[in-house]
Amino acid sequence: MSDTLTRPRTYLWALGAVLLLALPFYLERFWLQAGLFAMAAAIGAIGINLLTGSTGQLSMGHAFFLAVGAYGYCAFAGDGSDGLSGLGLPGWLAAVGAVALAGAAGGLFSPIAGRLRGAYLGIATLALIFIGQHVLFNAHDLTGGFNGRAVPPLSLLGVTFDESELLVAQVPFGAAEKLWYLGLALLLGSALFARGVLRGRPGRALNAIRDHRIAAGVLGIPVARYRAAAFVLSSMYAGLAGVLLALVFQRTVPEYFGMLLSLEYLAMIVIGGLGSVAGAVVGGVFVSLLPQVLNRYSDALPLVSAPGTGGIAPGEASRYLYGAAVVAVVLFLPGGLVRLAARRPAPPSGTTAEER
Amino acid sequence: MTTFAELLLGGVALGSVYALIALGFVVIFRATEVVNFAHASLLLAGGYVTAVLHDDIGFWPALAAGIAGAALVGAAVEFLVMRRYRGRDHSVLAIVTIGVDILLTTELARRIGTDVLSPGDPWGDAVVTIGSVTIAQTRIAAFLAAALLITAFLLAFRFTSWGVAMRAAAESPSTAALMGVRLGRVSLGAWAVAGGLAAVAALFLTVFPTPGLERSTSLAALKAFPAAILGGLDSTTGALVGGLLVGVTESLATGYQGDLTFLGRGIGDLAPYLVMVVVLLIRPAGLFGTKELARV
Repeated sequence: MSDTLTRPRTYLWALGAVLLLALPFYLERFWLQAGLFAMAAAIGAIGINLLTGSTGQLSMGHAFFLAVGAYGYCAFAGDGSDGLSGLGLPGWLAAVGAVALAGAAGGLFSPIAGRLRGAYLGIATLALIFIGQHVLFNAHDLTGGFNGRAVPPLSLLGVTFDESELLVAQVPFGAAEKLWYLGLALLLGSALFARGVLRGRPGRALNAIRDHRIAAGVLGIPVARYRAAAFVLSSMYAGLAGVLLALVFQRTVPEYFGMLLSLEYLAMIVIGGLGSVAGAVVGGVFVSLLPQVLNRYSDALPLVSAPGTGGIAPGEASRYLYGAAVVAVVLFLPGGLVRLAARRPAPPSGTTAEER
Repeated sequence: MTTFAELLLGGVALGSVYALIALGFVVIFRATEVVNFAHASLLLAGGYVTAVLHDDIGFWPALAAGIAGAALVGAAVEFLVMRRYRGRDHSVLAIVTIGVDILLTTELARRIGTDVLSPGDPWGDAVVTIGSVTIAQTRIAAFLAAALLITAFLLAFRFTSWGVAMRAAAESPSTAALMGVRLGRVSLGAWAVAGGLAAVAALFLTVFPTPGLERSTSLAALKAFPAAILGGLDSTTGALVGGLLVGVTESLATGYQGDLTFLGRGIGDLAPYLVMVVVLLIRPAGLFGTKELARV
């Protein structure tokens, strides 16, 4: 214990925690929203990193599982008053149900995922995106079709996470402020859980499967079961991220859960660092905050102009940046941005190899 | 029966276009073992050059410029990006191509904006009627062009020294290098050829009956991925069969979607992916793909 107290890292963490907890009292709504998107993205990125970074299963279908989470929550919590089918469950139960549903969807896909590897798996998961989009646009009773559906607010322990204002220390707390703390708690829980998984026996097994599938099998690791489990766990993370996103957006629309979102998640984990929880969080925050920051300061930045004025819109500018970042990080910084902070030598190349 | 014949012919023509794209994809995979997720953006680049230039220099020169342009973009991606990563793990390289794809697609989508660009082809919406079967001239042109290019390519692959070098590199890169095959050139050539084939495919994906080149054309190009995968990533025959299968399925599903309303609208766009999932469930390496053997 005394060792912990003398290390500067402990104080840095404490400082960061205090800062994060204090932010809703000072930040304006725009930045709170941006921060919430970043938290949701970080949770989702942790999930896909468990799958692609740690187990070496390339997934381009992450957006599908996010959609399952978001729409699952709406369907479980909706009371049918908007003409769309809903079970009218209490919010927390609906959230848990949505995460479980996303996990089940991942489990259903695992017979396919279990027998494919590498690029074959990547392209097969691409099918999920298109199937998802098709269902979202067509299953009108469930998803509201093109217009999407409104997200019922969550209430937990007597607090309802909606616009009803709550005065805390003379600061009015709306939906964003309240959700901020929920998001922080969820992110912390997800990160700690994933870290536990990766540092323990299952994590070693997953890395062994990534590095050499057959050798891992020979060592006695039940390869198929672990790969299916990684898929289910990753989908559940995506489901949780989807629920949080839905709560922040307050409306889910099918267009959002397209192919670009899946590519963004892949970009996050490559930029942040494959196979590490901190990397996923860093990458998630980077990729999701980038368009928001550019959007906010588009007047002040050269080359970037407001959407619709003919120049490079902030969304496009951020896509250039993270597209280039993916290429550059793999070339100059294998191991991602977290390696930069840790100043440790990069791991041997081949971080997502399955077997050769 | 007439409808069926029309849909089948249309599907074969569309499938041959997918086969062109899938062939380029397979060529890159065989020569470099890299899965090129940036393929759709190469196609968009070729189509864009053709569509922009045809007003000024006429259709055929514009098409040639489009093919050359896409081949150049492909070669540039190989030379500037992929070559720097030689020796790295192939699945990491696949992710790099995703980064390249994000860059190229963003740039092209920004240039295209919300416009629908006409490819300026000479066929327009003319049709040919044989018996009771009516088929668009563009479809016939697509089929003939694809058949010609694919035959030429396969012959070159089989008989020219370029083809031999490429097959040798696919078989065993280190042995091929020792025998004097210049792997850099082989991989550069593969990317350029893939770009050129994609540009031709871009033309036929944007002619009648589709409205023209728009941002979402790259989504249509993505259907070549299931085509390549269900045929088997390392098989040129597989790319052809996969392309035809995808094209015919899509055409039939779109044509009969009136009878398939319970599946929802736009089932034709989904059909290729469903076929792929079913095929992969039965044959995980695709129809003609080499089953992977591993030595421990």
